[in-house]
Amino acid sequence: MIYQGKQKIWSDYQKDMPEDGWFYARSCIRQNFFPASEKYFLTICRDVLGKDIIDNEHHTTCGGISYHSDTIPQETAMTIVARQFSIMTECGCRNIVPSCITSFGNYTEILETWREFPELEARIREMLWKSCRREFEKPEYVAHASDLMYKWRNEIAERARYRLVDKETGEPIRVVEHIGCHYSKMFPHKGIGGAEYPCVLSGMINSWGGEMVDYPERRHCCGFGFRQYLVKANRGYSISNTHKKFESMEPYHPDMIITNCPGCPYFLDRWQYVIAEMEGRTYGRDGFGIPVFTYEEVAGLVMGYDPWDLGLQLHQVAVEPLLDKIGVEYDPKAKYLGLNRKDIMKPELPKGLRCF
Amino acid sequence: MKQNVVIIGGGIAGLEAASQLLTLGYSPIIVEKSERLGGHVASWHKLFPDMKPASEVVAELVRKSADANIFLETEVESANLLRGSYIVNLSNGVTVRTGAVLITTGFELFDAHRKEEYGYGIYDQVMTNSDLEGWFNGNPDKRIDGQDMNRIGFVHCVGSRDVKAGNSQCSKVCCVTAVKQATELKERFTQAEIYCFYMDLRLFGKKYEDFYINAQRDYGIHFIRGRVSEVSENIDGRLIVKAEDTLSGKPVKVTMDLLVLMSGMLCGKDCRRTASAFRLETDSDGFFKSRDNITGITESGRPGVFYAGACTGTKTVPETISEARSAALAIHNYLKDA
Repeated sequence: MIYQGKQKIWSDYQKDMPEDGWFYARSCIRQNFFPASEKYFLTICRDVLGKDIIDNEHHTTCGGISYHSDTIPQETAMTIVARQFSIMTECGCRNIVPSCITSFGNYTEILETWREFPELEARIREMLWKSCRREFEKPEYVAHASDLMYKWRNEIAERARYRLVDKETGEPIRVVEHIGCHYSKMFPHKGIGGAEYPCVLSGMINSWGGEMVDYPERRHCCGFGFRQYLVKANRGYSISNTHKKFESMEPYHPDMIITNCPGCPYFLDRWQYVIAEMEGRTYGRDGFGIPVFTYEEVAGLVMGYDPWDLGLQLHQVAVEPLLDKIGVEYDPKAKYLGLNRKDIMKPELPKGLRCF
Repeated sequence: MKQNVVIIGGGIAGLEAASQLLTLGYSPIIVEKSERLGGHVASWHKLFPDMKPASEVVAELVRKSADANIFLETEVESANLLRGSYIVNLSNGVTVRTGAVLITTGFELFDAHRKEEYGYGIYDQVMTNSDLEGWFNGNPDKRIDGQDMNRIGFVHCVGSRDVKAGNSQCSKVCCVTAVKQATELKERFTQAEIYCFYMDLRLFGKKYEDFYINAQRDYGIHFIRGRVSEVSENIDGRLIVKAEDTLSGKPVKVTMDLLVLMSGMLCGKDCRRTASAFRLETDSDGFFKSRDNITGITESGRPGVFYAGACTGTKTVPETISEARSAALAIHNYLKDA
């Protein structure tokens, strides 16, 4: 691997993102899968770093999940997005920052389509007016939330309580990245680092002390793939994709996986349990799996937030071995205590995959 | 006094044209931007289909054009048409008055870095057709020297017939060059399995088909119709190459020790500058635009300005040499009438 070659490509695909005026568009599924990730994006970027990000309760799903599942036509998805832009405009924001990779791809694709076919934009404006009596300005800039965290990664590093290093050896934690397909595969120049060697997550990892590990199936689909999973008969495709990735990364002995997509961490995490049950195969050390994180969770960890406040107890794969390796302080007994130390009940532990 | 003819470019077209113009009684002046003559062919090892050493071809052309005035490491700064003659100012401070100008600026190879999915400049074991010719010529290359060579891949059409890369034309010589290089490597690494990934095989020249049949029958080269989608590196530093075999309709994944990218031909970067100096048009493919692509390929739209070789489009070595002779004759007829 020629690292300088990657650096050259990274320098070709950088984004000059505005510092302020951001409207945060939440994901329709992330708050179920990773309930603290969006909260901690706002906590870290808006409250701690003092960035100008507006969170508004009136926006909805972007429609991307339905569009990519072929259950709604593109015009419907466009009208939903037009309404999001309308709320962004009402809030006085010029730029939109979606939490979800598919939303980011959806917004980008729609704006590019309108640029190519302005008559379609005019029709969507008319449809939005007829359905909602709303008007909108198009965003000046669309960035994914991971883009902004990449932009501010060094500010986070300056405030970090922990580094992504082995507390015993001082060696960097070995991290595998997984970039959501809709981040830059459709429009390479819209992603930091491009489509083939994105550096949006590796940039964070390097800033926070870890070491990114490349592996042959890095670009392969996580296994979600929308209809691979959403159509029940296709779920064999879903898990076989995930299985292929783990078989490929396992020889590199990664300590953790970082992701920037709603579906990817969920499937990379949950399918490890299923693979263990089906084949008795686990990919971490001593019968554990490889823990999978959102980039907000990783940022939260290095900033020193309580792992259980970050929602890490909702992961299928145990995170404790990694927390111990880094030296993150946590209370094992508090893992299944909710707000106000309410007992949220301990789940039944799997037989194949070692968990706590 | 012999009439001057300025030839811009000292590759095989420029050398052959100079040789012919000398025979016809002119004083050719070759302006070459690099420090040596022969262009791309000078760095090639052997030429298909008879495997003649490229150095012999270049040496012969240099010998035949030795009486021409040759300015190396020199470029055209500006040119003005004054009463039927061009006043050409060169970067070495020399000014030449000439009745005719022959442009033989040739081509440049597509920068394989731009096809990021193939990993040139990222993965250690990826090289280009040009790099491989350098190794054939004896230049050490750690991608091959001392390495196990059990599986080798060739990717055709890298930057050719590729609209996204901004280069939609076929580079014409890459298919047969891949066949040539594959057989040359097979001769050196007899145990190696060699795969050529192609879109279409465009093998049209004299003996090319025989060359291709030999590669399959005698050398056991595997030809897979399908474009490579992705290259990555495994933990041993070997390459994982994914493609789709479109004839069998199945995806293929092969672990390789070396991947050779057949970089296509583009009009040189200097084309626009030369075009601007002489007020010449470029065609939709970026190359110089001929007066007519059937009957006037060596003629520009400007009086006294002629073309030869790959500056008007992708060409083989024999085509380039034939065109250089044709251009020399066209210049002779032009100057005779003028």
